[in-house]
Amino acid sequence: MSATSSTIVNLPDQKTATIPKKNYITAEDGLLSWLLTGDHKRIAMLYLISITFFFFIGGAFAGLIRLELLTPQADLVASDTYNKLFTMHGIIMVFLFLVPSVPATIGNFVIPIMIGAKDLAFPKVNLLSWYLYMVGGLFTLAALVLGGVDTGWTFTTPLSTHYLNTHVVTAGLGVFIIGFSSIFTGLNFIVTIHRMRAPGMTWFRMPLFVWSNYAASIMMVLGTPVLAITLVLVVLERTIHIGVFDPTLGGDPLLFQHLFWFYSHPAVYIMILPGMGVISEIISTFSRKRVFGYSAVAFSSVAIAIFGFFVWAHHMFIMGISNYSALVFSLLTMLVAVPSAIKIFNWSFTMQKGSVTFETPMIYAFGFLGLFTIGGMTGVFLGALGMDIHLTETYFIVAHFHFVMVGGMLMAFLAGVHFWWPKMTGRMYPESLSKLAAVTTFIGFNLTFLPQFILGYLGMPRRYHSYPAEFQVLNVLSTAGATVLGIGYMLPMIYLAWSLKYGAVAGNNPWQATGLEWQIQSPPLTENFIETPVIDYEAYDYEWLAHKTEQEVTTVG
Amino acid sequence: MSEHIHDPANITNPEHADHHIVSPLQYTYVFVALLVGTILTVVAAKIELGIFNPIVALAIACTKAVIVILFFMHVYYQSKLIKLTVASGFLTFLVLVTLALSDYMSRAWGLW
Amino acid sequence: MDNAIAVAPDTHAEDHHHAALPQLRHHFETEEQQREAGTFGMWLFLLTEIMFFGGMFFAYLLYRNWYYDAFVVASNQLSIPLGGTNTAVLITSGFFMALGVWAAEVRKKGLLVLFLVLTIAFGAVFLGIKYVEYHEKWEKHHVPGASYDIKEFVNPHAYGLNEKPLPPDMAQKTQIFFSLYFAMTGMHALHMIIGIGLLFWLLARAQRGDFSSGYVAPIENFGLYWHFVDIVWLFLFPLLYLINRHPV
Repeated sequence: MSATSSTIVNLPDQKTATIPKKNYITAEDGLLSWLLTGDHKRIAMLYLISITFFFFIGGAFAGLIRLELLTPQADLVASDTYNKLFTMHGIIMVFLFLVPSVPATIGNFVIPIMIGAKDLAFPKVNLLSWYLYMVGGLFTLAALVLGGVDTGWTFTTPLSTHYLNTHVVTAGLGVFIIGFSSIFTGLNFIVTIHRMRAPGMTWFRMPLFVWSNYAASIMMVLGTPVLAITLVLVVLERTIHIGVFDPTLGGDPLLFQHLFWFYSHPAVYIMILPGMGVISEIISTFSRKRVFGYSAVAFSSVAIAIFGFFVWAHHMFIMGISNYSALVFSLLTMLVAVPSAIKIFNWSFTMQKGSVTFETPMIYAFGFLGLFTIGGMTGVFLGALGMDIHLTETYFIVAHFHFVMVGGMLMAFLAGVHFWWPKMTGRMYPESLSKLAAVTTFIGFNLTFLPQFILGYLGMPRRYHSYPAEFQVLNVLSTAGATVLGIGYMLPMIYLAWSLKYGAVAGNNPWQATGLEWQIQSPPLTENFIETPVIDYEAYDYEWLAHKTEQEVTTVG
Repeated sequence: MSEHIHDPANITNPEHADHHIVSPLQYTYVFVALLVGTILTVVAAKIELGIFNPIVALAIACTKAVIVILFFMHVYYQSKLIKLTVASGFLTFLVLVTLALSDYMSRAWGLW
Repeated sequence: MDNAIAVAPDTHAEDHHHAALPQLRHHFETEEQQREAGTFGMWLFLLTEIMFFGGMFFAYLLYRNWYYDAFVVASNQLSIPLGGTNTAVLITSGFFMALGVWAAEVRKKGLLVLFLVLTIAFGAVFLGIKYVEYHEKWEKHHVPGASYDIKEFVNPHAYGLNEKPLPPDMAQKTQIFFSLYFAMTGMHALHMIIGIGLLFWLLARAQRGDFSSGYVAPIENFGLYWHFVDIVWLFLFPLLYLINRHPV
């Protein structure tokens, strides 16, 4: 097989190619034109920069945690400091990175273009959502600088309301504000997808990325306010001592758990669904095939959004909820596995007999498929009542949700960033270096988190800074893996920045993908489209694309 | 291509509804109904109905809320999409209540 | 693709039967599309409000069942005349808001301004009465916290109350009632205060004539918010003020 047929990348002639002079980046100059912009693409870039910043802060905490766990004794940090480390790691990674990661950056950038709109329905609300994100982020940083929080990212009462003298209120308000940022993003997406589709863009012609973001947006709008009111009650309980969650006054701490997980379980799907959308786009593009069972994948996103609201109490099996309702929630939890499995099977069948090529986004997507499957399957273990009692609050659960969130979501995020990077910036990233990064991430990830499954099964509890000496080998493996993983994340940061100036000019459609976003110039114009597009083909119709390309060649020739 | 009419105003969209103006007279009816409902709910609270006291109170409150939603908030004249949106909010609240209560009620059978 | 021309934003809208008004944002093709998007967006925001208050309503439901005796006695401490008046006041405010929406829709600037002023006035009266109620609770040490006092509930007859005395641990639970009372009515009042702030802004714009030429979306959408706040109160009033009010 020759080198040319093993890739679908189709770049313009680098000697003559240039980045279009008029695009959304060059449209206006100056910092203020960015800070006051209404352009969804510019806001996406603002988000991309800010979530990268917070990702590396959260990552630094993860590094410190792993470093402390290198040895069984507590030698790097004191136990209080350790508590603060994993709390800040959790808060920053969950609320400031995972929840907004794909929707607010990639989604913001490509959803309006994918459905043929000039912008999101409410550009000012979109900008407001970024500012809320930043203010919430500043509150979180303030809590960090002032001395940290050590409740765990779950703000568990009565620990958070009565027993701690740390900056719970500051961090809680931060999360409250970030919550509204995510509500506004979700609201904007739903209205845009309902109201701003171009002529001919019916629901079943939309790319699956739009479907999955739509499903996630519904959860953001319906779930996040419950977290908001719960945090308000926690703050009130801390400051003016009302008694809603306080057992000494007759309040029920489990009520806090119910309300908290009513949001925070759907939040898991808020995080993963947009990532699944990215994977649908990439698998189809790099297999040159329409996604197998398009409508099944589309509806499975909606099904996940709906089922997601019925399972929250599986986080509370050992907390004293009734056995009967634990049984019900356990059964409902198994249900969620069905739509997730539908997706995995359909992606696999998409690749079957497709012309699969191995560009960087596809390598990340492969990583996603394997790691998310393991993460999901171990989730079924944890959803089973008997296993849960053995495994919960151990490193098994830590490994489980890192497989879903880091192995799944972060892989999908990086896949998406690489996939749409040429569209966002007009330039290609360096191919071989990025493949190296993708493989490094995959290896580092497995080295970090596979040992944790074993550690958890053997009984190492989470959230402790020291452990019995017999666990050391596996912990050393895990820490070594975290180092590799760290390199895997630093690499893209460096070469993507490099590519902004030195990357090859990408042209309109380097992947020969069918999405509407690939039919316009890279980087796009502020208005996205010169004239409103009319859509007369289904998503992932590669014959339509071949036909279109043929016509263009004849016209130009 | 021709089968897809360019329809920027969404007129052919099933999610569309015409802009309807509710008259002041209609608003006045609603206003009076709400005031009557308020008096009714106070009166009903003072009558011994046993377990039905909270049920009657909630029934009156729900009726008032529905009237406000349908007429003050124009949902009666809105598209199916808006109606569905409103319903989904209350439905999600019911999911929260039902599933959380399933825990509390089965935790102590007979004490509820 | 030709990058040289970016189409001027309004050219599409002008193809349609009415000319584009200045309030038509560039990314919408018609005002109809913009109006419907706005209404839908507002309703989605109200969904989040339903769930926001929903959390507290669930807490209320739970504790009312657990501590029914305490809830009855504590609820009887609230004044029906004040609460009932406030309900009527709020309904009236909502009524004027609805009339304001109508006035904007039929492009009567003077009436719109008048109705907005009345909406604000009745909203302010509501907050005033609420303040009186809060103040009374403060003086009686019924505000949850360190200074909370249960003596009236343990020994009601000494304070001239016609109530069943509660054992001290149940009397302690009245604090849960007042916690929820202050959290729920406080959140409601906060929404009113934000609403009144927005009303002043709308009033200024209405006076400038912004809403008298067929552009009514801000008024309509604010109306939705204001009515939603009313609805919350329609539930709060019977649930907080009217638990077991009939003579024992």
